[in-house]
Amino acid sequence: MMTGDGGTRPPYREYCEWFDAEDAQRIQRKTQQAEAFFRTTGITFNVYGEADADERLIPFDVVPRIIAAGEWRRLSRGIEQRVRALNAFLYDIYHRQEILRAGRVPTALIARNDAFLPMMMGMDPPGGVYTHISGIDIVRTGADEFYVLEDNARTPSGVSYMLENRETMLQMFPELFAKVPVREVGDYPINLLKSLSACAPPMCGGTPTVAVLTPGIHNSAYFEHSFLADQMGAELVEGHDLRVVDGRVAMRTTQGYRAIDVLYRRVDDDFLDPLNFRPDSMLGVPGIWDVYRAGGITIANAPGTGIADDKALYSYMPDIIEFYTGEKALLPNVPTWRCSEPEHLREVLDRLPELVVKEVHGSGGYGMLVGPTASRKEIAAFRAKLEANPGNYIAQPTLSLSTVPIFTKKGLAPRHVDLRPFVLMSPQGITITPGGLTRVAMTRGSLVVNSSQGGGTKDTWVLED
Amino acid sequence: MLGKTAGSLFWMARYLERSENNARLIDAGFRIALTRSQTAPAEWRSILETAGVDQAFLATHDDYSSARVVDFLLRDPANPSSILSIVKHARDNARTARTALTREVWEAVNTSWMTLTDLLKRPVREDDLPDVLAAIRQQSAQVRGALTGTMLRNDGYNFARLGTFLERADNTARILDVKYYLLLPSVAHIGTSIDNVQWETILRSVSAHRAYRWLYGAEISALKIAEFLILYGQMPRSLAFCCAKMQDNLAWLQRGYGEETEAGRMADALCRQKLAGPIQAIFDGGLHEYLTDFLSANSALAMQIERDYRFVE
Repeated sequence: MMTGDGGTRPPYREYCEWFDAEDAQRIQRKTQQAEAFFRTTGITFNVYGEADADERLIPFDVVPRIIAAGEWRRLSRGIEQRVRALNAFLYDIYHRQEILRAGRVPTALIARNDAFLPMMMGMDPPGGVYTHISGIDIVRTGADEFYVLEDNARTPSGVSYMLENRETMLQMFPELFAKVPVREVGDYPINLLKSLSACAPPMCGGTPTVAVLTPGIHNSAYFEHSFLADQMGAELVEGHDLRVVDGRVAMRTTQGYRAIDVLYRRVDDDFLDPLNFRPDSMLGVPGIWDVYRAGGITIANAPGTGIADDKALYSYMPDIIEFYTGEKALLPNVPTWRCSEPEHLREVLDRLPELVVKEVHGSGGYGMLVGPTASRKEIAAFRAKLEANPGNYIAQPTLSLSTVPIFTKKGLAPRHVDLRPFVLMSPQGITITPGGLTRVAMTRGSLVVNSSQGGGTKDTWVLED
Repeated sequence: MLGKTAGSLFWMARYLERSENNARLIDAGFRIALTRSQTAPAEWRSILETAGVDQAFLATHDDYSSARVVDFLLRDPANPSSILSIVKHARDNARTARTALTREVWEAVNTSWMTLTDLLKRPVREDDLPDVLAAIRQQSAQVRGALTGTMLRNDGYNFARLGTFLERADNTARILDVKYYLLLPSVAHIGTSIDNVQWETILRSVSAHRAYRWLYGAEISALKIAEFLILYGQMPRSLAFCCAKMQDNLAWLQRGYGEETEAGRMADALCRQKLAGPIQAIFDGGLHEYLTDFLSANSALAMQIERDYRFVE
């Protein structure tokens, strides 16, 4: 929020004027109201492995994170380029594999990857779209420096928080929105519906029927699943609501089985079809794979898309972007050491206390080492794991992430943040909702923003031109 | 609408109705316990029977002390019909059917779960019990208000209403059945003085003691009470009222879906055969037999609704 010399950065100017004139106690009260609002609405998440704390709130901070119009223009161009490249890459590795032939990405990285789905070879997903919905995690390190931290194309979550955070801000501080020109985010669900509908499968006749597939009310993201289904006016289905009828995937309604055209699934590939993948899965639909192959249903995101989230593959993204778009990446990657490579590993082991080390398939902030804040014992333990299985890890420098203020009992205090913009893709084009989900490390100095690790969220404002 | 969603709406409504009914039963029992301590154990036993949890209670308790029965009915995790369990079930069903509920209804159910979970965190002290019971009824009224005030009158609404009336009819019939011996005219004939407190308990447990007075004045008779709770169509907890409502809801669904169902036929038959009266005929055939028949017809109807509208596969 601040410039190097202690001034307020331009996009925050109007907000700060408002804030300075406000009574801190009033804002404190509003913070409590916001919490009550989240509880009543049921915007909670479940933390796996915690028996007692069944449902928790993600801390919400009332100070918005503000992005100037020009900054957003640059960011969104970079994001669009990246998502196009990701989709082209997925098409390629499941077809002719030109990028492997050209030697730009090592074959082993694909062939030996659990997230690579050989069954997708030669499959043409409806509309040629793999990444219907993706979330690109971005961090800022300086006035004009943005980096992509990771790509989420498997099942990016958090979009309901983006929407409910805005809703909460509108309810609590309506006067602010009259003062500061903030771009809308509320049309995300309708854009999602349009985008999914535009990817209807060949067998669809008429207006596509869209449904959201959830593992059920005990899933940590159930709130989001029901929220999106509700906002789109789509059915929220579970595996046991579905079966294959006459070559289509159909849902059991009060009036019999009805075909589904587009399934926005929030279950992983492995669980989609017990006949073709994990036989013990109760979450999927036996035979859905065969319907998919025959063009009877669109699965979003396409099966096999998860490989794009691989953190080892991430380190090749600049090459991938160049290979498919013929352009340099507009948004840089964070420099990444691949521990599978002996020289990289040696350097990582030498510099462990200053690096962040992540599992290549990890997510949610689990199983990672943040060198600068780790104890000597933790570092030693991690070193052992790393040496035992180097191919499972990548390492990155600790970035000096930018901070934005949060509201604390003692006034404003800086905390580290990241940003996850949400990107929709269909044959008709790419739509990026202005802003996204800002996640914030609520503890002073912490770099971990994941909600499963105590991170919070705040509203994200992209200003009008 | 998904069959599962219809089922969740139906069960959400049943559980909400059940929590209110059980709160009312506790209230009635509590009054007896306060005023006539020697008959309290028998009263608590019949309340546990009405709630269908007598056996579950005896598995872990050996006497009917007020405090223990009340705690069992309100909070015991071993009791699948404790208020705490029921409210959790209602909320789980509401979560499953979230896309078919308005924000207002969902928030009312969720708030009711939060409020009651908090109120029932610890055993309720005797002097706090009236407030807690009032809170349970109030939460239930709030959900009902949100439901009637904000829901589209569509299939989902009709499934929820079906659940409400089915549960309510079941409850009223059980209350009568557990106490049917008190209503046998022979008891009065023999000349025993009519046990006013017992009568009042029955009426109170369906929130109808005032309505009865308005309607019948001071005359307390077994026949009148039975008529009031079984056949009187303006009394919202009578069997006749509940069944007429179920008939309406099923008629709506059959019309809306353009498909006649077995459940619809069963509801029509139930009204025709069981609720035409007069009350004397019911007594002549045996009140207990009548109520047993009614309860089994009512639960057969529930199962038929579940089948006809594909709640489960």
